[in-house]
Amino acid sequence: MAETKPIVDMEGITITFPGVKALDGVSFKMYPGEVHSLMGENGAGKSTLIKALTGVYTIDDGSIKVGGVEQRFAGTGDAERAGISTVYQEVNLATNLSIGENLMLGHEKRNKLGIDWKASHEVAHEALEQVGLGYLDTHALLSSISIAMQQLVAIARASVVKAKVLILDEPTSSLDENEVQRLFDIIRKLKSEGVAILFVSHFLDQVYEISDRMTVLRNGKFVGEYLVKDTPREQTISLMIGKSMESLSDLEGGVKQTLDEYKNHKPVLEVTQIGRRGEIQPVDLTIRPGEILGFAGLLGSGRTELARLLFGADKPDTGTYKLEGNTLTVSSPYIALKNGVAYSTEDRRDEGILSELSVRENMILALQAIRGWAHPISRKEQEEICATYIKALSIKTPSTETPIKSLSGGNQQKVLLARWLATSPKVLILDEPTRGIDIGAKSEIQETIVQLARQGKAIVFISSELSEVVRISSRVLILKDRKKVAEVENTPDFTQGNIVKIIAQGGVNENVK
Amino acid sequence: MSSEKKKRGGPAIPKRLLLTIIALVLLIIIDVIKDPSFLHIGYVNGGLNGPLIDVIRDSAPFLMIAVGMTLVISTSGIDLSVGASMAVAGAVAMQFMHNTNGTGLGSALLAIVLALGVCALIGAWNGLLVSGLGLQPFITTLIMMLAGRGIAKTITSGENTSAVNSAFSWIDTGYVLGIPFAFILATLIVLAVAALMRKTALGMMIESVGVNPEASRMGGLKPKRVIFSVYLISAILAGMAGVFTTGNVMRVTPSQTGLSYEMDAVLAVVIGGTSLLGGKFSLSGAYLGAMIISLLEKTIVWLGISNAATPAFKAIIVIAICVLQSNFFTNALKKMRSKKQSKAAMTAAREGAAA
Repeated sequence: MAETKPIVDMEGITITFPGVKALDGVSFKMYPGEVHSLMGENGAGKSTLIKALTGVYTIDDGSIKVGGVEQRFAGTGDAERAGISTVYQEVNLATNLSIGENLMLGHEKRNKLGIDWKASHEVAHEALEQVGLGYLDTHALLSSISIAMQQLVAIARASVVKAKVLILDEPTSSLDENEVQRLFDIIRKLKSEGVAILFVSHFLDQVYEISDRMTVLRNGKFVGEYLVKDTPREQTISLMIGKSMESLSDLEGGVKQTLDEYKNHKPVLEVTQIGRRGEIQPVDLTIRPGEILGFAGLLGSGRTELARLLFGADKPDTGTYKLEGNTLTVSSPYIALKNGVAYSTEDRRDEGILSELSVRENMILALQAIRGWAHPISRKEQEEICATYIKALSIKTPSTETPIKSLSGGNQQKVLLARWLATSPKVLILDEPTRGIDIGAKSEIQETIVQLARQGKAIVFISSELSEVVRISSRVLILKDRKKVAEVENTPDFTQGNIVKIIAQGGVNENVK
Repeated sequence: MSSEKKKRGGPAIPKRLLLTIIALVLLIIIDVIKDPSFLHIGYVNGGLNGPLIDVIRDSAPFLMIAVGMTLVISTSGIDLSVGASMAVAGAVAMQFMHNTNGTGLGSALLAIVLALGVCALIGAWNGLLVSGLGLQPFITTLIMMLAGRGIAKTITSGENTSAVNSAFSWIDTGYVLGIPFAFILATLIVLAVAALMRKTALGMMIESVGVNPEASRMGGLKPKRVIFSVYLISAILAGMAGVFTTGNVMRVTPSQTGLSYEMDAVLAVVIGGTSLLGGKFSLSGAYLGAMIISLLEKTIVWLGISNAATPAFKAIIVIAICVLQSNFFTNALKKMRSKKQSKAAMTAAREGAAA
């Protein structure tokens, strides 16, 4: 259908960073009315290619044609003028402006006196209506709506700026199932209007559901361009990681833990009726060493809220907290860490990494915090910690002194994991540790989690991907509407379907068990 | 070859510092062109003298406040009350020696302890409001900038108090091995602060909180305590700056002592390369920055620039230094270099093809 002229034609793109070739002669074409997925592992060069197309990076070699015209982007403004609109992985709108202002930013309606806010808000409202968000008040602050909604608003902006090309970089990473479907409706609508859409997602199912064409990158090199309908999933995965599926399938079968392994252990963490008004209703839970307790539930079900209470990031109103039999008041993350409870936050960018600090500093931060400022970790010990975890978690970083912000998402996540492991926690709470991470790194992290449990750590594992929860948990705590609705042993015949059923029914019925 | 050098422990002097040093040298050259005797160093009564010696002696108060300000700015805060704190410290010290007629070493030391103690209270107040109550640093310290003058005036009952104490005066005007003691003491204090930052984990914690307080808290740090500590340190250092300045003339003028020094401190920090957005800080940068401010003060006098034009002249120099250090400038340099390189590469390729 679309063997017409490409709207975007990137040829032989090369971008070199000090010491690395981030892209090496990559070609990429986009056609009007088509969804084109960019596939590849972390560090394959997806983000770099997108940044080249959006004018964030200048290319060292190659050519970019948009609508047949050779372009030399010196900045994001140039790219936007050429009709390229981007929605980044992490929403980057101004949260302290109103929804309308964000939509119209740089494209405000003007009259003689300057910006005509009334007309601008009307246009904004129309744009929202088109994507089925007509009920949003354009005067409300962007920060007043959920991250998922913000993402949809960002996409609605594409129609305001009359984009010919829309780039969606991991748009679904913070969306739940319904929201993803809504997003896809919007994508299909834009597609029917002839917009060329670049879609990046680490959810393979989503790629297969929405896209027509895909380009696979590996280690900064072009692997090939394929029609999605002609390429089986297994083939795509092996193209991305450059090896066969066998190494991955190991994980699939053997991970689920048997019940007996941990049943005899004494609980390490026991909380009763822990809750916080407006965030999570009182919950009882117990974790034993060697056990992976999965939290399952939809976005907003209270998974993160509960985890934050366990870590002292928020103070509970009610309940008691017992760690290895001792009653504790966990009123701050410091106290939690000091007593052996670590929490890897869901929001890697704002609550996790310290972007300007080095990989080394990020890695030792929590351990240093526990020891206190007056007892610095010697440089030698720091280097040892770094060396250990860089090897154990196969973290890819040019050096320990590299600022963490220049690492890929998966590697940042691994550095954070190392930060918590360095404190030798007894209980490790991992909130969406695999979000925004490609398949290869994801299975590595899952594998690491299972290994940690085998070493005797108690792990709380939170993920919006039910398949992942079912795959590695030994027990699943199911939350719905800020309430614990069930706790189920993850027996071999237990599946995602069971969880969905429990969530739908709001609890365990006889026929589920 | 250069890459090998880098591997062996980094370049000896980071680029930013190098530019600051170049600025220092350029300023000296300007002074020398005006009158070569700028470089003259003499020896009288057991001490070196000359314009350059004046510069390093007079740098002492700038060094104090620049270092304190660097730490505060690193947490993405600001301390506008350092000038007023200098006045408070001076007022406390002078009034104490004046009232007690203390002329001995003991009363000089007691005066200093009292002065620094009162400044510590000011710093604790700032720190408490900013970290505990979450007030804006700008507003909190702006209020203290005004209130501090009032406190100083209250202490001296509105008078310009002077005192006689040779030991106190010696701190700023004395010599050790011919070198101004003020400069030696200030440098030692900077080194002590540097050790406190880099030999403990405090420096990293300050940077971490400056980059992102919430992520730091989630990492187990106590951002409130860290923020409190930088305001405390800044105020105590400002108190020491007040001791240096009033020690020079043995007189405090509550409305004038330390006036607009907060701006000099901010300038020194910016020149030193610490970002006003917080995060990574450089004490060696602040040290050089303070030197530049001190040299600038001397240069203004040396060139005979009128009092009225002084602020404008200072502004021009500082802007010039900031432009030199800006990303814009380094990027422009880089582009020029890479263009040259690609041209050279192209000619080489052409020659190759021709051959």
